[in-house]
Amino acid sequence: MWEEFKKAPLSAWFGMLMILCYLVLMVFADLIAPYSETEVVSFQYAPWSSEFLLGTDNLGRDMLSRLIFAARNTVGIAILTTILAFTLGGALGLLAATIGGWLDQILSRLVEMLMGVPALILALLLLTVFGTGVVSLICVIAVIDATRVYRLTRSVAMNVVVMEFVDAARLRGERMGWIMRREILPNIMPPLVAEFGLRFCFVFLTISALSFLGLGVQPPTADWGSMVRDNATLISFGDITPLLPAAAIGLLTISINFIVDWMLHRTSGLKD
Amino acid sequence: MENLLSIKDLKIEGLSDGKWSEIVHGISLDVKPGEVVGLIGESGAGKSTIGLAAMGYTRDGCRISGGSVNFDGKELTKIDRKPHQDLLGRRIAYVAQSAAASFNPAHKIIDQYTEGPAIHKVMARKQAQLEAIELFETLQLPNPATIGFRYPHQVSGGQLQRAITAMAMSCKPDLIIFDEPTTALDVTTQIEVLAAIRDVVTMLNTAAIYITHDLAVVAQMADRIKVLRRGHEVEEAETKTMLNAPKEEYTKSLWAVRAFKTPAKPKITEGAYPILSVQNVTAAYGTEIVLDDVSFDIHKGRTVAVVGESGSGKSTTAKVITGLLPQKHGKVLYEGALLEASFKTRNQHHLKNIQMIFQMADTALNPRQTIGEIIQRPIEFYLHLSPKAAKERACDILNELELEPSQYLHRSPSELSGGQKQRVGIGRALAAEPQLIICDEVTSALDQLVAEGILKLLDKVQQTFGLSYMFITHDLETVRAISDEVVIMQRGKVVEQGATTSIFSPPNHPYTDLLLSSVPKMNPDWLTQLLKQRAQSTAG
Amino acid sequence: MHLLVTLILQRIGLGVVTLFGISLMIFFAMEILPGDLAQETLGQSATPEAVAALRAELGLDQPAITRFFQWFSGILHGDLGTSLANKRDISELLVSRFKNTLALASYSAVIAVPVAVTLGLLAALYRGSIFDRTVNVLSLSAVSLPEFFIAYLLIFFLSAKFGLFPSISNVSADTSFSEYMHRAFLPALTMALVVTAHMMRMTRAAIINLLASPYIAMARLKGASPMRIILIHALPNALAPIINVVSLNLAYLITGVVLVEIVFVYPGLGQLIVDSVSKRDIPVVQATCLVFATVYITLNLTADVLSIATNPRLMHRK
Repeated sequence: MWEEFKKAPLSAWFGMLMILCYLVLMVFADLIAPYSETEVVSFQYAPWSSEFLLGTDNLGRDMLSRLIFAARNTVGIAILTTILAFTLGGALGLLAATIGGWLDQILSRLVEMLMGVPALILALLLLTVFGTGVVSLICVIAVIDATRVYRLTRSVAMNVVVMEFVDAARLRGERMGWIMRREILPNIMPPLVAEFGLRFCFVFLTISALSFLGLGVQPPTADWGSMVRDNATLISFGDITPLLPAAAIGLLTISINFIVDWMLHRTSGLKD
Repeated sequence: MENLLSIKDLKIEGLSDGKWSEIVHGISLDVKPGEVVGLIGESGAGKSTIGLAAMGYTRDGCRISGGSVNFDGKELTKIDRKPHQDLLGRRIAYVAQSAAASFNPAHKIIDQYTEGPAIHKVMARKQAQLEAIELFETLQLPNPATIGFRYPHQVSGGQLQRAITAMAMSCKPDLIIFDEPTTALDVTTQIEVLAAIRDVVTMLNTAAIYITHDLAVVAQMADRIKVLRRGHEVEEAETKTMLNAPKEEYTKSLWAVRAFKTPAKPKITEGAYPILSVQNVTAAYGTEIVLDDVSFDIHKGRTVAVVGESGSGKSTTAKVITGLLPQKHGKVLYEGALLEASFKTRNQHHLKNIQMIFQMADTALNPRQTIGEIIQRPIEFYLHLSPKAAKERACDILNELELEPSQYLHRSPSELSGGQKQRVGIGRALAAEPQLIICDEVTSALDQLVAEGILKLLDKVQQTFGLSYMFITHDLETVRAISDEVVIMQRGKVVEQGATTSIFSPPNHPYTDLLLSSVPKMNPDWLTQLLKQRAQSTAG
Repeated sequence: MHLLVTLILQRIGLGVVTLFGISLMIFFAMEILPGDLAQETLGQSATPEAVAALRAELGLDQPAITRFFQWFSGILHGDLGTSLANKRDISELLVSRFKNTLALASYSAVIAVPVAVTLGLLAALYRGSIFDRTVNVLSLSAVSLPEFFIAYLLIFFLSAKFGLFPSISNVSADTSFSEYMHRAFLPALTMALVVTAHMMRMTRAAIINLLASPYIAMARLKGASPMRIILIHALPNALAPIINVVSLNLAYLITGVVLVEIVFVYPGLGQLIVDSVSKRDIPVVQATCLVFATVYITLNLTADVLSIATNPRLMHRK
């Protein structure tokens, strides 16, 4: 195991280091942040100073503290959403592949329809219906993302279902649940794990985009997407502060992508 | 005579898990003009790699690490791209195992044929087209004038294999590398391609390296044979000498493979119930009928071989019996009782007593389970033993399979060789303590020596447990070795059935005779004689 | 009938069915709303009489199925209904915005497609080289970044620092072509950057996959030059995958437009839908969704049809 790690490229190492930093920020946000998440501590748009390292925002809250707390909020919501999406999409995809027949037909047509509307647009539509709260945000994005997970799980599982060891289990008279759990699931886990990283990035970016549009995480909760939106005016004055939360988003997704890229590269065994 | 190709102490390395390791360990090979040299060996012998290296070419992930390849005075291991390109196709040509994958799907066959002559400026495209039609005729392709103007996917496998041979001949090269050109074909098709290859090679007096794993095939084609094993040379001799008096133990063991024969079993007692009876079964995929009125019986303790070429319906028969593909008409009886058409509605007694061993051990064993788990599951499932008792039982079975339990119980299938995996497949079937085992091409993916081991093992456990086998195969040598009765199938129908001894002694149904006569024999004159015979019989 | 025609007709038929399904979904999603449009418009404090009156006016007293078919037949006649917010005709509202969005998407496609396909081809050919690895890391980063980050970075440097391009792309029907090119440059570039990265990576993968085919090895062994192998042997077979990659990404462009339009205050469909969602102007949201879905499905369909049409196995039947 360690041997594999030592051979990891620089980019993957960078990714792992960064993710560690984000985890530390998430867990110890209360200890690290100099001020609280929502307290107004100064006038609006205070410049960088020793008192407010990164200045203050459009309401006079400390930028650095909000950046740190946002790690917990935004990343937390995204992880929860991705887990939900995988549970839903993964379970249905596995069922569709194993049982096939009408269940597969119905689910696949439904998913095809949901995927016929671009993800962000569908999110906007559903958020209009269910309103803009954290719960509906998580549910809506999880459902949309579950369609992608469904597609992948189904196609990977399909490749396993046609294997003769599955036939052997069927002919033995095994129950469907046993076949799914013992014969198929262990064989589709590796690609699903890599996909988890990619889906997380997608979910995270979608949620940030919605927050940026004012339709995601609602104030006063600190969130990177909405922080960019709230302070965007500063950019035209040549101040980079509003870019920091956006950079925080980008750095995390880049880190994950670097790791996933390495993992895929390693498991595929391809030379490219 | 001067050597056309001279390979000296060739070493080739392959990349695996990020490390280079040697896979060909110093092979030397000479080919004189007009001479055909056979390279023979089991999988992993390095024969294809050497064949490509003879062209100065290696696959991705391989590299020549030592030695020399000299073709007509040019050193191919150090040659520049331009002069190399100029040699390839024009003076050395290649015939691949899978013509279907080696033809570009986007271009017509004739355009791919004329590409060589055109880029090497051997002749104009028009001229090359005319020659192609002539060559197609020599190779007995149907409609030689028009077949070239089709796309590869519009032509059958055997025809494509002849077309790719024609393509290799297009520039009248001095040397052709044939890389298992008939391995993917049925026996009756193989004959045509072998004859075609031999004709053009003799006609144009081309030298060739003929790579194969099939001794009888190489005996027809080669003047000289070199035996390889794991990247080393075993021995080399003129064909006749090599066949009659091999020196090395390994070669002798290869030759001896065909000697195995199960002892004859006592006659079936009159009026005895067959253990399995297939009666007038018709089955279809959608609307396409794949089995048409098939009937045969399997008696207790005996082996029935179901034989046929691809598309004959032999594997479909197995699917019907196991219940994976419910039949349209007809019935299957087990010990006189009706078997439900679908496995889903069968009772445990039936499921347990009919077990199956699959062709590809790679896909038949779950790579995420250990050998212990794979064998223990049927024991727990059918016999309801405690985990401890089941484990003991699994150890007994592994011993029976000649796999040391303490070593294999905790391994995963990927750590096993092909033959060992197939043994585990047998073990899983035995674990259910069945009456009848369906063996679907269980030896066809294995090397001959390993395959023989599996046949002997199957024979041994049959006698120990009094099992019945339904043995599906395309290989008549296997049939001769293991079966008591034979069912011969063609296009979904049973052509003929009877005791093995009577089937193997003509005269029989014309298809049976065709099938039997098409199996290559170790006699180097077999092909010549057979073609002469067939020509006479069609003339007469 | 010719297999090819049958296949293509099948795809188109499937597309139409999907689109119908989507319009059903879009319509009935709104039915889940607690209360209805009338209640929604007038707010909780409205008297029941007022709500009932509006309900009758909007036709809400009829069953949902009837209303769906009224709505749907209206769409088929080009009538998308009226906006709740300003009582304007939605079709009119959409047309000019749709044109703007299409113009912006085309602008960035013109930048992105040639660059991406060339880079992808080069990276595949020089696989493993420094060039390939650099492009890989850069494209992977570009794929990972949120669009609005790239947008603001461009504004920060090209607008705020150096003042080369305006940070607000204020375009209208009478903006001249050259003026449009200038004003819409930053939004177009933003989308082009993201899409190029995606497209380039997918092109590279498709080409590498292709170059591993046995028939490419066969061409080498026939003595064909590297140029000939690429042009004669690889390219005809690469067409289908590349077409697929391009159309997939064009479909992506159409949706990526939402964020970029907001950042640059570009008067397109994206801005309209976000505005309408915040105002809960439901008929407009429905109509815009339908337009997006139609474009999206049409593009995917085009890709399907083109890759069927360029497949020699289907072009020339047995």
